Amino acid sequence: MNQGLARLQWPQNIVAGDVVKVRLLVQHPMHTGYQQDMQGSVIARNVLLWLTCTLGDQQVFRVEPSSGIAANPYFEFFVRARASADMVVRWQDDLGVVGKWQQRMVVVERQTPGP
Amino acid sequence: MTPRPSVKQLLGRRDWLRLASAAGAGLTALAPDHVRAQQIGFDQQRTVADMLRGVAGGSSALKLGVSLTVTALADNGTLVPVSVQVPSPMSEQDHVTHIYLLSSRNPVMQVAAFVLGPWSGRAEISTRVRLAGSQQLLALGRLSSGECRYEVAEVIVTESACMDAS
Repeated sequence: MNQGLARLQWPQNIVAGDVVKVRLLVQHPMHTGYQQDMQGSVIARNVLLWLTCTLGDQQVFRVEPSSGIAANPYFEFFVRARASADMVVRWQDDLGVVGKWQQRMVVVERQTPGP
Repeated sequence: MTPRPSVKQLLGRRDWLRLASAAGAGLTALAPDHVRAQQIGFDQQRTVADMLRGVAGGSSALKLGVSLTVTALADNGTLVPVSVQVPSPMSEQDHVTHIYLLSSRNPVMQVAAFVLGPWSGRAEISTRVRLAGSQQLLALGRLSSGECRYEVAEVIVTESACMDAS
């Protein structure tokens, strides 16, 4: 099941062997720990400690952000697609809240030229 | 006119100061990284050498090939798009294992660390960072051979990300 909110995007038609650009947006406030609220009290730091993307059995991307990453973190990375598989995004923040987002990446076989 | 403090009182005050500063130093050593990070002064900036020492360690780092794309003038420091590309065949033998983004002025030097590998197909990442004022941004790629490649970009920020009380 999905926990938290994220958006994963990649091109519509993926052929086996393609290097695919993956775009990932995660909903998270990324409080730096230096900001204050309206009452003037400091908002405790709450940033993503780590975020991983797994395609099938292979971990294809990992990022360890700090307070230097903007709110609602956005990442673009590349992955070589070999066969259809589930992309699973997991993350954890300072409050110990874990998130998970799963989406199917459909990959078609490369067409070999006919005889 | 206030009376001059006696020698005894003066010594007591100095002792107290000495103790307090020792206790302060002790507490600082115990503080987690992101708390200690704030000690960097506002007008103080890390040099490229400082930043490289943090992540490259003893390995050689060359300013070669890496492309770091970031706007030269950012109106808003809370959201600055950054993109890093490291030329590499991304094969089993020769690939990029990590990409680091470092800041010369942010309270926390390391903006993010990315883990890549031969499965990536291309050593390129993009993200959006926060910048606490005009500064230098450094992108460093660590190769599977252990060598490092980096690039530095100068960013002018009109409105810093760390002026928040809204």
